[in-house]
Amino acid sequence: MLIGYLARQEDPRTPLSFLEPVATDEGLQGARLALADNNTTGQFLNQSYRLVEQALPQDGDISAGVKALAEEGVRFVVADLPADALLAAADRPEAKSMLLFNARATDDALRNEQCRANILHTAPSRRMLADALAQYLAWKKWTRWSLLVGRDPGDALYAEAVRRAAKRFGGRIVDEKSWTFDTGNRRTDTGVTTIQSDIPLATQGPDYDVLIVADEAGDFGDYLDGRTWYPRPVAGTQGLTSTAWSRVNEQWGGTQLQSRFEKLAGRWMTPRDYAAWLAVRSIGEAAARTNATSFDDLTAYLHSPDFELAGFKGEALSFRAWNGQMRQPILIAGPRMLVSVSPQEGFLHPVTPLDTLGDDAPESKCRLNR
Amino acid sequence: MRFLMSCTMLLLAGPVLLAEPVFAETIFVSNEKDNQIAVVDGDSLQIKNKIKVGRRPRGITLSADGTQLYVCVGDDNRIDVVDIASGKVVHTLPSGPDPELFVLSPDGRKLYVANENDNMVTVIDVADRKAIGNIQVGVEPEGMGISPDGKILVNTSETTNMAHFIDTEKHTVIGNVLVDSRPRVARFTDDGKQVWVSSEIGGTVSVIDPAALKVIKKIRFEVRGVRREAIQAVGIQMTKDGKRAFVALGPANRIAEIDTDSFEVKRYFLVGQRVWNLAFSPDEKRLYTTNGISNDLSVIDLERNKVIKSIPVGGAPWGIVVKP
Repeated sequence: MLIGYLARQEDPRTPLSFLEPVATDEGLQGARLALADNNTTGQFLNQSYRLVEQALPQDGDISAGVKALAEEGVRFVVADLPADALLAAADRPEAKSMLLFNARATDDALRNEQCRANILHTAPSRRMLADALAQYLAWKKWTRWSLLVGRDPGDALYAEAVRRAAKRFGGRIVDEKSWTFDTGNRRTDTGVTTIQSDIPLATQGPDYDVLIVADEAGDFGDYLDGRTWYPRPVAGTQGLTSTAWSRVNEQWGGTQLQSRFEKLAGRWMTPRDYAAWLAVRSIGEAAARTNATSFDDLTAYLHSPDFELAGFKGEALSFRAWNGQMRQPILIAGPRMLVSVSPQEGFLHPVTPLDTLGDDAPESKCRLNR
Repeated sequence: MRFLMSCTMLLLAGPVLLAEPVFAETIFVSNEKDNQIAVVDGDSLQIKNKIKVGRRPRGITLSADGTQLYVCVGDDNRIDVVDIASGKVVHTLPSGPDPELFVLSPDGRKLYVANENDNMVTVIDVADRKAIGNIQVGVEPEGMGISPDGKILVNTSETTNMAHFIDTEKHTVIGNVLVDSRPRVARFTDDGKQVWVSSEIGGTVSVIDPAALKVIKKIRFEVRGVRREAIQAVGIQMTKDGKRAFVALGPANRIAEIDTDSFEVKRYFLVGQRVWNLAFSPDEKRLYTTNGISNDLSVIDLERNKVIKSIPVGGAPWGIVVKP
């Protein structure tokens, strides 16, 4: 069985902290690990899997990538792409007979107005992440939030998800600020001095319980903790984060996934790796359960309520029928420890508490024609 | 008045109990978080001792002669052998990386160990203290069961979601049966005609016919007021007469009693939080369960069908074995 992996080359992500490596193969290593897992299982079922890696140059044409995969006979494609490139791929004529797994883009529009019948999302949406954090903060009764928003378009979208989550789970946004400072390079000789005076200024204002930062690219968020005007915790994209995966999770057999990944990739597994792992494993799981290899059988099974995937988060993961989003618990992780896992106890739902995170069926704006 | 009555009852009941030492067993519980084995006296239901072992003790079983305990200490990549009389680790066995669960061959000579980290089952000669073989299985091997004649070994793999049937003479896989997500425990019935495999994420027990290598029945659980995702089947025990089976349901905090003829769930016992494993008293009048989140051991009276006691035993109780 062929599984495509579609990505575009990017500048390596350089984290602010020197403790984190500069990763150039995020996502891809998760897909490779899941492929090995699928093949270990496949040997008992006479199934074998091959990953067709299609890494386009930085300005590469997405349609050429989709075409190349189609010519190889690939119909399941893991897409490690931002939202616009993902939609460009999904709307190609060749993609009409493909199933794409969005293992990267957290955009809520992709789960609503911009949803596509040929996409399943293994990456969580921003709303799922924000709701997970909001539930935990509600449980802590830290209800006064100050919001600090970065300059990237993604940061504004994250902030929007946080505002929505505040309404849903009883948070109050007492102040909202934009980050306007230039933090520059992470390596400077005396950089710490300027940051020390910048951050109190940036966080001064009405008192709050928790500072929520929206900085998806990690341009400044890691500088906040220990430097804010008030002695209050930082949460959001840095500090206490809500995330699909983190090195701090070793519950529910997570030890095994973490150590298998580190053996393969020589670094920690990131949320992007995890989303790609989920995508490739979903295909393997569907093939093992149905003992089928035909695209139509597998696709039908993946969309059906029978599909379940164990993802090292204590309960089965499956796809929401109304928008193709994988429902999953979200980790609440500190920089060095797992703090909690959402959904939190007490947030009820008639079907599954997992659907208290993100867009539930009644509120979804996705209209699929499958 | 009530006080007087209970005194009289105690006086009447006292000599009867003394004349018949029913609960003379010792219960051993591996505490995953404490790196200790709690030793509980079955008579007084009090902790008698705590034995220090290696890091992250989980799987635990008795040697054939009942004088030693074997304990998987996963974070130290070995098996500790505890002398019960002295309450001390006397030597260790080489288990391969991250041992979690194992099973002793019926003749007591070999230990079959699941190595979660490298898709392998390791075979250990207990007397020689040596690994004598490896068998390649699926991703994340976990549960281990052996047929009463010792010829067939069943291993479950948590991410491959299979029960692997292994020929213990040739050390080869002879069959694979797909079960629900994250299979944990495999147990043969005493007549060797069925293998019961629990699935943690799937929340079911698959009953397999080992001759046909087919699932003949899938047992599902439903507890009012408990969400389906919290029902996670793990530990399995069966009575010697083969009529009743008990399954631990993890975060549902319940033990299910199953009629093995009809495969129907007869009742649920409410025990402590996140119950993974369970063991009978030798007379099968009691069932003991390890509850990893409430840090205690529940005692179920199977004659009255009642949970009669919970005993705090230490941090994250996981495995359990009872010595007559």
